[in-house]
Amino acid sequence: MVKLTKDDILHVAGLAKLEIDDSEIEKYSSQLSSVIGYFSELSEVDTKNVEPTSQTTGLENVYRQDEIKSENSFDQNESLSGSDNVHNGFFKVKAILEGRTDK
Amino acid sequence: MNNIPLTIKETQDGLLKKEYSAVELVNGYLDKINKNKDLNGFLTLCENEAYSKAKNIDKLIATEDPNLVNDFPLLGATVGHKDLFLTKGVRTTAASKVLESYIPQYSGTAVLRMDKAGSIMLGKTNCDAWAHGASGENSDFGSTKNPWNKKYVPGGSSSGSAASVAAGLSLIATGTDTGGSIRQPANFCGIVGLKPTYGVVPRYGVIAMASSLDTVGSFGRSVSDVETVFNVIRGEDGFDSTVKNHSFLKPKDKMKIGIPKEYFVEGTDKEVAENVKKVSKVFEKAGIEVIEVSLPNTKYAISVYYIVQPAEVSSNLGRYDGIRFGNSRADFGSEAKRRIMLGTYVLSAGYYDAYYLKAQKVRSRLINDFDNVFDKVDAILAPVSPTPAFKLGEKKEDPLKMYLADIFTASANLAGIPGLAVPSGFNSEKLPLGFQILGPKFSEQILFKLGNLYEKETSFKPELPNL
Repeated sequence: MVKLTKDDILHVAGLAKLEIDDSEIEKYSSQLSSVIGYFSELSEVDTKNVEPTSQTTGLENVYRQDEIKSENSFDQNESLSGSDNVHNGFFKVKAILEGRTDK
Repeated sequence: MNNIPLTIKETQDGLLKKEYSAVELVNGYLDKINKNKDLNGFLTLCENEAYSKAKNIDKLIATEDPNLVNDFPLLGATVGHKDLFLTKGVRTTAASKVLESYIPQYSGTAVLRMDKAGSIMLGKTNCDAWAHGASGENSDFGSTKNPWNKKYVPGGSSSGSAASVAAGLSLIATGTDTGGSIRQPANFCGIVGLKPTYGVVPRYGVIAMASSLDTVGSFGRSVSDVETVFNVIRGEDGFDSTVKNHSFLKPKDKMKIGIPKEYFVEGTDKEVAENVKKVSKVFEKAGIEVIEVSLPNTKYAISVYYIVQPAEVSSNLGRYDGIRFGNSRADFGSEAKRRIMLGTYVLSAGYYDAYYLKAQKVRSRLINDFDNVFDKVDAILAPVSPTPAFKLGEKKEDPLKMYLADIFTASANLAGIPGLAVPSGFNSEKLPLGFQILGPKFSEQILFKLGNLYEKETSFKPELPNL
């Protein structure tokens, strides 16, 4: 039986940039353990020499001309219309670089 | 308006004979929506857009152009778009707090094509947030109720679309089907729903869930209405590169249907199973041969689906960073978080081969099962769900139990084949029963022919719940 620990949950949540609290850790470790435990039935299926399927269309390398069409483009105002955090025509984001620590 | 028309044809006949105007139709529907707010079918209404479109349609009708219905196959058809479909200028939330105040700058292909074909958008319908669910209960804006019995779920994830069409709050509605999200709510609400072949209807402008499985389809109260919508929305759009213009399989004069024995097992409700057997007798009486077939890997479909789908979900929901639009990731609801973490886990270092790669290989086996069966028969007749609609709250706290509700629908998505859900009466508690017809890729015309045949043989009349 698979058992996801508190560390597993925190690791996965960190990878997915999700913040979760203590009560959620308990809930998710029990629920995800039961779901992932269920997957063990797949080991019964013989998949020797079976190719994996990632999509069902069979299409490969679908190309189009790399050209700008004005009817498919947003102007600056439209592009920014989804956010209140804008400044002088730019999106405002939190700083990702802090002061140098090696000086 | 006392009696709202129940099909596209009835609607258009009434409009062309001037029994009512399109504006009066919109009055009637909005009135009914407002009287049935407790169903929680709509998240956003767009009265202004609806009236302005209705006025345009009334002007068109005044021209008495005899080709009107040919030029505008959805003339006057009121539609609710699942809130996963982007609608320019009209709030689109995916039923998630993350997109609570998101107003799209453009519309999706299906929305544009339906608008051009003369449909009237009434608003945006409720659903499980990000289409994650089989009951509608995962909406961040409250559950939709089943119009046949408000203590029961309408199914999901396209909960509000199905409930609204069933209740007569809209003539037709759009939906997405990634693991059953059109067929199962259609089944629970007693209406028709089509999941098309993967790659036939463009998904441009539809919020992505699991990209190798997502399909765009519709709900209606008759097979012919769903067929009309399909013909409007299908075909290349130059945006969704999985879509090609294919030629469709033609129905044969003499057809053969298979019933998969793996769909009638412990856990399949007795009334559901008996109803599908009764349906098979209707087809036999109409001269169609019915044989038993086998899809031996059916029981693994849920495991495969709940590895592949959350893996793709975790990737697609990665784009919601709250910077360019929407709120931060802290606003994801608990099912979205659950699926993001599940998907992240199965893709993470050390587990990829054991889960994701294994699931992709079993997916090939499931496809092979269908290929073998379609060598012998033209279509498959099966239950849509092991049970009729279940009670609100019954499975909410047990995700595994909820996931198992997808057992008979998810394999069609994994194989990329089409499925048509058709209502076929009620159980002893007056909850809708129904069946699905599955066919090989590009067999939509076969599915419509069989669905129409069933309606004809049973003298089917759409029925509305007493609300």
